[in-house]
Amino acid sequence: MKPLVLLSRKPWIWSFVAAFIVWSATILFTGGASTIGLSQAALTFAAFSILVGIGQMFVITLGPGNIDLCVPATMTLAGTIALKFMQVDDSLILPGLFIAIAIGVAVGIGNYALIRLLQIPPIIATLSMSFIVQSTAIWTNRGLRIKPPETLASFTTETTAGIPNVALVALTLSVCAFALLHLTVYGRWISAIGQNIRAARMAGIPVDGARFVTYVLCSVLAAICGYLLASFSGGAALNMGSEYLLMSIAVVVIGGTAVAGGNSNVPGIWGASLFMFLVVSMLNTYGAGAGIRLIMTGLIIIAVIVVAGGRNPHQR
Amino acid sequence: MTTAPLPHAVIEVADVKISFGAVKALDGVTLRIVPGECVGLVGHNGAGKSTVVNIINGALSPQEGTIACAGERVPRYGIAAARANGVRCVFQELSLCPNLTVIENTRIMHGTLKGWGWRRRAARIIGSKLDEIFPGHGIDPTDTVSDLSIAQRQMVEIATAFSQVAQPVKLVILDEPTSSLDATLATQLLGYVRSFVTAGGSVIFISHILSEILSTSDRIVVMKDGKVVTERPAVEFDEHSLVAAMGSVVKGHDREKRAEGAAGRTPLLSRPSLHGKGLPFEVFPGEIVGLAGLGGHGQTDMLIDLYLGHTSNWLRRREAEVAFVAGDRTLNGVFPLWNILKNLTIADLAGLSRKGIVNETAEADLGHAWKERIDIRTQDLDNPILSLSGGNQQKVLFARALATPAPAVLMDDPMRGVDIGTKQEVYAILRAEADKGRAFVWYSTEMDEVCLCDRVYVFNNGVIVAELKGDAVTEKNVLAASFTGIAA
Repeated sequence: MKPLVLLSRKPWIWSFVAAFIVWSATILFTGGASTIGLSQAALTFAAFSILVGIGQMFVITLGPGNIDLCVPATMTLAGTIALKFMQVDDSLILPGLFIAIAIGVAVGIGNYALIRLLQIPPIIATLSMSFIVQSTAIWTNRGLRIKPPETLASFTTETTAGIPNVALVALTLSVCAFALLHLTVYGRWISAIGQNIRAARMAGIPVDGARFVTYVLCSVLAAICGYLLASFSGGAALNMGSEYLLMSIAVVVIGGTAVAGGNSNVPGIWGASLFMFLVVSMLNTYGAGAGIRLIMTGLIIIAVIVVAGGRNPHQR
Repeated sequence: MTTAPLPHAVIEVADVKISFGAVKALDGVTLRIVPGECVGLVGHNGAGKSTVVNIINGALSPQEGTIACAGERVPRYGIAAARANGVRCVFQELSLCPNLTVIENTRIMHGTLKGWGWRRRAARIIGSKLDEIFPGHGIDPTDTVSDLSIAQRQMVEIATAFSQVAQPVKLVILDEPTSSLDATLATQLLGYVRSFVTAGGSVIFISHILSEILSTSDRIVVMKDGKVVTERPAVEFDEHSLVAAMGSVVKGHDREKRAEGAAGRTPLLSRPSLHGKGLPFEVFPGEIVGLAGLGGHGQTDMLIDLYLGHTSNWLRRREAEVAFVAGDRTLNGVFPLWNILKNLTIADLAGLSRKGIVNETAEADLGHAWKERIDIRTQDLDNPILSLSGGNQQKVLFARALATPAPAVLMDDPMRGVDIGTKQEVYAILRAEADKGRAFVWYSTEMDEVCLCDRVYVFNNGVIVAELKGDAVTEKNVLAASFTGIAA
């Protein structure tokens, strides 16, 4: 009984409960036939949301007003340029990854430069940055769809011991993010900044430095996600990032991270990402039309947030 | 104190007590205001002047004691009852709505201005009152308040309080009304106050400019530590005796003050005089330096400037040079979502980590050491910080700063709302740390604390106007210096 009570106090548990219920409902409807296929698909697609979600979570932890709306554009630009650079050549896979990361770093620097030097609120700074980045992507891409190198394409689409490779990548990065958040000085700093930015400054925390690193980190994760997603879907497309704008924010919120900042959690992003994919596939399985599907998705998200919010003792 | 049965006291508060947590703001205050007198209310910061004002204008309810208007006890005295009895207040912080016009602000204070043509009537009322108090004021009642200067706003505020719309104005409380007025306007106001009083009105006048108090008041009430300590006709006071009355008996201190010469030593922190005005500031190792003067005269700003100047916003220096103890806990002290331990160790993470990873064992050890040393009253340092009382939260903030290796500690009136027992514990720790060579810069609004310091800088209007050393640090000298103008 006691462990159950303790578990129910964790803000992230509700996203997992919701994901499990939706998963079971879908499996029951199909009579168990699609168990493995559905689970693998869920893990694969959730992996991309997890990567961008973690980056967004770090930014949201910085407190009210902090958000990165440049995520989709960064994904597109990183995917486009990396694939163009690799020229379907297997030997350039790693250099391509580095190029994607470098693009992430550059976008992150640009974002924080706008926020800090021009004193623009993050929501507007990152939105304007996303126009610049997206236009650069359009300019480099010129409507061509470049294929990824063979080895990279198969890596992103295959599984290891039944688990999709991209999910393993997401798991590795999640563990790193968890450690960064809970074990390091940097993790303490961003949590402190999110709770009370003035107190953080007066406690000797280098507020600008920590915020800068966080915005860069978010862009780098988005760039890695773009690199993997472009390889997974057989080429970079200009609209490949668009659905990840709301997705990255939704998984953070459903996952139980405090929107007001200062309190974040990594496990919740997994539950929320799985849940977001499973809801859509459940409604698809039930044969719901596009309109109904969107309405239902919205209602279910609201329901999860209400339930999780009502039980969260740390809620402010 | 007069006990003669004057029949028509405008307002009479009797034996009023009120405390905020551990702090006794008012400890049995009795005050009687009769028609046709101006009562000057003086006392240093935290003496309880504003609390008395808030009791009389109905914003605060006393926990003990009674309030009577015109000889009748009013059991449920509140803001509405105060206004109905003709009590008006001009606040220290300006209370006008900046986005509205002067007319509209008049309407807010006077709810009875309504129906057709209220703007016209309000304009006439406020306009004529402004003309009466401040001839040649140059304010158009249709002006938006945000377009007015600070002095003009203060004039509007004063005129609004004196304006009579429905109920007659019997008592006007002026809390530091001349702080933003120049000499001419202040003279106009004081002249009007005298004529208002001669016509039978009553005024409670609060000011830190003692000459104004002495020239305008009929009677002066001196407050200290939530009590009325002296109450005499104004003619019996002069500036010197008034300052003496505001102070208390100087107590003996057990600490030897360091008064050795500063020659040849390099200061830990220093700041040149501001724009060539006032004195420069410096602090040497092992010293406790006090910042005194009236509240909000630049002490906190200087502490924050010093702190920001010695820490970086971009990179953490390995060795911290300064640490800061917040006085305003919610604004720049506490991290509300965290437990006590994390709140305590946040400033010293550099010393508790290797390669960026926090050593949690060392962190817990440090926390327990300070829990013992400064006696943080909790069972478990894992409890949320907000579970502690204000005084214990303040101890955590002290421990946060003292746990760092920083050789200089800046303290921004950190004893606000802290009970006397905790204060004694903290004083002892400060002395022990200073003897080990640490320097403290201590802004305090409490005179007893200022007198504990080795050296005191007295502030007025953002600049340092006096420096007191060693035995010269006495309540009387500090008070006298607080009322000095800018020397240079």
